[in-house]
Amino acid sequence: MASVALSSNTRKIKNSLAKWLITLGGISVLFTLVLIFMYLLYVIKPIFESVSIEPEMSIALSADSKVLSTGVDELKEVAFQITESGKIEFFSLLKNNNLPAGDLILSEQLIADDDRLVLVEDAGHDKKLLVTEHGQVFVVSPQFTAQYNNDSRQIIPSISYPIVDSPISVDEQEQSFIQLAFAMNEEKAVFVGFTQDKRLIKTSLISDDEFGEEDGEFETIYQEIDYLAHHIDDIEISPDLTMVFVRNESQVSVFSLDDDDVVEEKAQINADFSNRPDAKLTAMALLSGGSSVLLGDNQGQISQWFEVATEQGRQFQQIRTFDSGDEAIASINTEQFRKSFYTLTATGNMGVFFTTSEAELWQGNIAKQHPTAFAISPRSDAIAVAMYDEQKSVTSLELFKVHNEHPEVTWQALWQEVWYEGYPEPDYIWQSTSGSDDFEAKFSLVPISFGTIKAALYAMLFAVPIALTAAIYTAYFMTPVLRKKVKPTIELMEALPTVILGFLAGLWLAPIMEKYLPAIFLLFIFLPLATILTAFVWHNLSRDLKEKIPETLAPVILIPVLIAAAYLAFTFSPLFETAFFGGDMRQYITNDLGINFDQRNALVVGIAMGFAVIPTIFSMAEDAIFSVPSHLTSGSLALGATQWQTLVKVVLLTASPGIFSAVMMGLGRAVGETMIVLMATGNTPILDWSIFQGMRTLAANIAVEMPESEVGSSHYRILFLAAFVLFVFTFIFNTMAEFVRQRLREKYSSM
Amino acid sequence: MNTWFKSGSPWIWLSAGGVSISLISVLGLLWLIASKGLSYFWPSELYQFDMIDEQGNNSVVIGEIYDREQIPVSQLAHLDLKLAKDQEVLERLLVKTGNRELVSLDFRWILSTNITKTTTPKDLAVVERRTNGNFYGFIDSLVLDGQPVDIAKLPELLERVEQFQAEIEDLQKVDIGAINYQLESLRLQSKSLTLKGELTVDKQQEIDTETQALKDEYQTLEQQLMALRDKISRDHLIMRAMDGQLVTINFEHILQVNFNNQLGFFDKFTLFLSQIAAFIIDDPREANTEGGVFPAIFGTVLMVLLMTVIVSPFGVVAAIYLHEYAGKNALTRLLRIAVINLAGVPSIVYGVFGLGFFVYMVGGSLDQLFYPEALPSPTFGTPGVLWSAITLAILTLPVVIVSTEEGLSRIPSAMRHGSLALGATKAETLWRIILPIASPAIMTGIILAIARAAGEVAPLMLVGVVKMAPNLPLDGNFPFLHLDRKFMHLGFHIYDVGFQSPNVEAARPLVYATALLLVTIIVALNMTAVSIRNKLRERYKMLEH
Repeated sequence: MASVALSSNTRKIKNSLAKWLITLGGISVLFTLVLIFMYLLYVIKPIFESVSIEPEMSIALSADSKVLSTGVDELKEVAFQITESGKIEFFSLLKNNNLPAGDLILSEQLIADDDRLVLVEDAGHDKKLLVTEHGQVFVVSPQFTAQYNNDSRQIIPSISYPIVDSPISVDEQEQSFIQLAFAMNEEKAVFVGFTQDKRLIKTSLISDDEFGEEDGEFETIYQEIDYLAHHIDDIEISPDLTMVFVRNESQVSVFSLDDDDVVEEKAQINADFSNRPDAKLTAMALLSGGSSVLLGDNQGQISQWFEVATEQGRQFQQIRTFDSGDEAIASINTEQFRKSFYTLTATGNMGVFFTTSEAELWQGNIAKQHPTAFAISPRSDAIAVAMYDEQKSVTSLELFKVHNEHPEVTWQALWQEVWYEGYPEPDYIWQSTSGSDDFEAKFSLVPISFGTIKAALYAMLFAVPIALTAAIYTAYFMTPVLRKKVKPTIELMEALPTVILGFLAGLWLAPIMEKYLPAIFLLFIFLPLATILTAFVWHNLSRDLKEKIPETLAPVILIPVLIAAAYLAFTFSPLFETAFFGGDMRQYITNDLGINFDQRNALVVGIAMGFAVIPTIFSMAEDAIFSVPSHLTSGSLALGATQWQTLVKVVLLTASPGIFSAVMMGLGRAVGETMIVLMATGNTPILDWSIFQGMRTLAANIAVEMPESEVGSSHYRILFLAAFVLFVFTFIFNTMAEFVRQRLREKYSSM
Repeated sequence: MNTWFKSGSPWIWLSAGGVSISLISVLGLLWLIASKGLSYFWPSELYQFDMIDEQGNNSVVIGEIYDREQIPVSQLAHLDLKLAKDQEVLERLLVKTGNRELVSLDFRWILSTNITKTTTPKDLAVVERRTNGNFYGFIDSLVLDGQPVDIAKLPELLERVEQFQAEIEDLQKVDIGAINYQLESLRLQSKSLTLKGELTVDKQQEIDTETQALKDEYQTLEQQLMALRDKISRDHLIMRAMDGQLVTINFEHILQVNFNNQLGFFDKFTLFLSQIAAFIIDDPREANTEGGVFPAIFGTVLMVLLMTVIVSPFGVVAAIYLHEYAGKNALTRLLRIAVINLAGVPSIVYGVFGLGFFVYMVGGSLDQLFYPEALPSPTFGTPGVLWSAITLAILTLPVVIVSTEEGLSRIPSAMRHGSLALGATKAETLWRIILPIASPAIMTGIILAIARAAGEVAPLMLVGVVKMAPNLPLDGNFPFLHLDRKFMHLGFHIYDVGFQSPNVEAARPLVYATALLLVTIIVALNMTAVSIRNKLRERYKMLEH
């Protein structure tokens, strides 16, 4: 007896174990769906996070005089400062061997001991332009190299001279400068400066081969620019050495540097102060890439200007403005690679903005007054602010952690028109990559969402009539014997891999359609006409013949008829083309109608994807119509309605929710289809309903760009957003369709 | 007429037209793929066209007719042709002329009016080569080790070379591949020990000696390889091209030489079958545009098998839960919506999810934990066959669930009640009664899932498929099954060769052949599934009575 009890016990345990395991397995399906949803959200979330700026560390550094410039290395492990006495000092920001941060690593005197720095300017983001009281000019570049020993990394700072390590003679008359700007590329360096004796000069250094080589020989060309002023506030040279911007209070002049002989004034930028008469400019900076100039005024407004192609040629236009409060802008600092900028006021208030997405990212106070030096880390993940205390001879260097990963992505930038640099007007553009380095990625989801809808719509236009008529006939008129053969055959199409449909559409159908374009349109007339004609002929057949070929065989009778009609359409195509379109319909469309014609266009996609969707719609709609309770139809027929009347007034009406859900399912499939659109369209993201042009859809876009996108970048996350949009889209369609179907099933069972 | 319209009969006919169009398109599509795919293997006639052009120059074109088309004369107005006035259309032939070392393009359009004579010379040969595509021409002479010999020796010499080629391939892929694999494992082993700080002098020495031994072995193999290479390049075939030029083809490059015009129907059919076999078992050549598709078939099958192993238990368990255990509550309704949605979510979304979640997140973590020695080059943190299988398992989960549940719902409840009444527990009823009866339905679900997975391409493009995989995911090196490797896939092969290859026109027949192969597999799978299901339905009907 004991063994029986034991076995019944183990059986019980086994039974409940099985129950739990199976329940777990069942719920894992729901878990999977939720996991997909949550994971997509998790990847997308960072692009909509707001910017945060938090103090990370504050260290006191000894300094013999006022600090004019500061900076940190890429990994935020070493900081440097340049003081008024011409000394550059590097400090460790790590706590090494229990020593606090601020350990002096390297110190070097850059200028003569009896001299003093009057000006330190950023020139490119890794170079510093130094001007001394005696008019000596140096270009230095603090360098950081990583060294690995024993699996620990150490950053070794050093100083390099991109041009030459002796003073550079910039002014022929050896005057010192009030303002000086500098930019260089590998072969050429350009200085534009305003001297103590009020001359605006340009000095070019042209290297024999490349700067930085051992025997750095170069030729110097001195030029004076025709410009009369007592004072100049800012000079900026664009990094491509084509333009120089000179600001004298509210007046900004742009000089072209293209011509080596004469420097000509090219344009004036006049800030619009008509509504604010008291306003005047107080700061100027060039945005990353150097084609936009930012102007800040004493009322806290910043405007962005760039050249726009107009009918009068290229002109500087005010593109957008930003508001940083009421205080005067004391300085504008721009990031190295992105179109972000930081504004600072005299009271230490900072504003962070992103130009293209017109985003005001952050505003707040970071210091008691305008810092003596300010720097953005190379990865834009930190800012360094130096304040000098004269009494104690110390700098307090404050490092703020900046969390600003995806400033270019905002809801507005994704879904609204954006005015990009160099474009004549705001537009919806998707262009994620390009060959050039200083390229700004353009992420508008509008063109690709539009493409998705366009492709789905054309596919539905083609698929719905065929699928529904086929479903109606198969479910309602067809004999059971025939139905048993026809239904699986059509459903077989659903199993065909879409890559094969796409390949046939792209490589077989598209060239045929281009060549026999009129035939495709003739088909839309010929096929219904042939059908009606056949019906009429059958109607007038003798009774004997009618019995031999019953109407229930209509689909079989029609197959040869329709093939013949299609053949006719293709044979007539050239004749039709010669008669109406001057021999070539394609030429006619492009030249006479002025419509662009792509070989892989919406018509091809519509037909190919239509075929992919037909079985989905057919199968579900057929089920819905077939399961309409037969007593309803019998009743209607008994009351004297014809077959057709019964169908339209009773059957279709009852089954309409099911048909609706079938169409919904088809739409869901068309929206998410990837391979067909990828292969049968040109994948150009354009906003155009034209049936003769292609499109780029969300799904195809993901398939094309995902493998190349960098993990964690804005591009990567936006592609996840595209997938999420698809997910939500199809989720709504499917849930709605399923809900309708459930209701219908209940209704049928209650009848 | 009016009454006829009122009767609705025309509309009925129109709806019948919908059925006809659907049928025509399905069958037409299959026919199109089959005819285009099969014609790729059929040895075609080789033609010699004697031509005279507008300037009166004579020339000869040799090749296969690839395509013909009618073009209106107006398009050719610039050619200044001498034609009859009333002629409106002209026939144009696309001829595959091969001989890539002489002309850069494989194909050439010729106008039928320029042809003065069309012949099919019996001694015209087509040489299929490992590189540079086909060569069309006449055999001028055969050179054996520098001595001209009789052409009759050709088959014998070809067979000899074929044997050596097989040996070379074996040597390269199996032996040298194994050595490279072992060398790489030794390198990783030493790095792993360094990371752990356990690399002693002894161990280092051990590894060094092993490495040296392998390198020595490699040297000997390399010499063997060189010797074989010398052997196969001994003989030459000298061919006369269509313009009379003599071209020397080394036997090293020759795959086969055929005189298509001498072949009777039966010979052609044998050749046709052997071409199909070669297509299935050979590796691709010339950037995938020629040769076979074996790695793609192998990759597809392996990935699908892995997927089946993952999806079957989950799908069946979920279906059992839904049908046998779940009550009529909100959770069940939610579950059903989840199943429907899993079926409806676009496949590319699964690809995105698989790439982010499995590859970067799970795979990246696995690398950190178990393969730190290989970093920064990823092991599992990169697309591969395992991640593809898991991603497709999620994608096909609803297929298995729906099919299994359908099978379960057809089992009469009397059987369950009988079993329970005899004292079996619910788990025992399931295991002993329900599952055995439902097994054909489960089978149907799994077959449908396989068919779906075999044709799916979009998600695989993100999670593991490549155009050219250097190694198969299954080989003779321990642990034999390399789940981290990338693989080739038939569906992706179609996309890649058809749209990304440098010579799309030349590769097109191969794409049709690949498409035919894929369609055959998928249609066969589906038909099997449907027939199993139908048989099952009949059986259940009998059970009910």
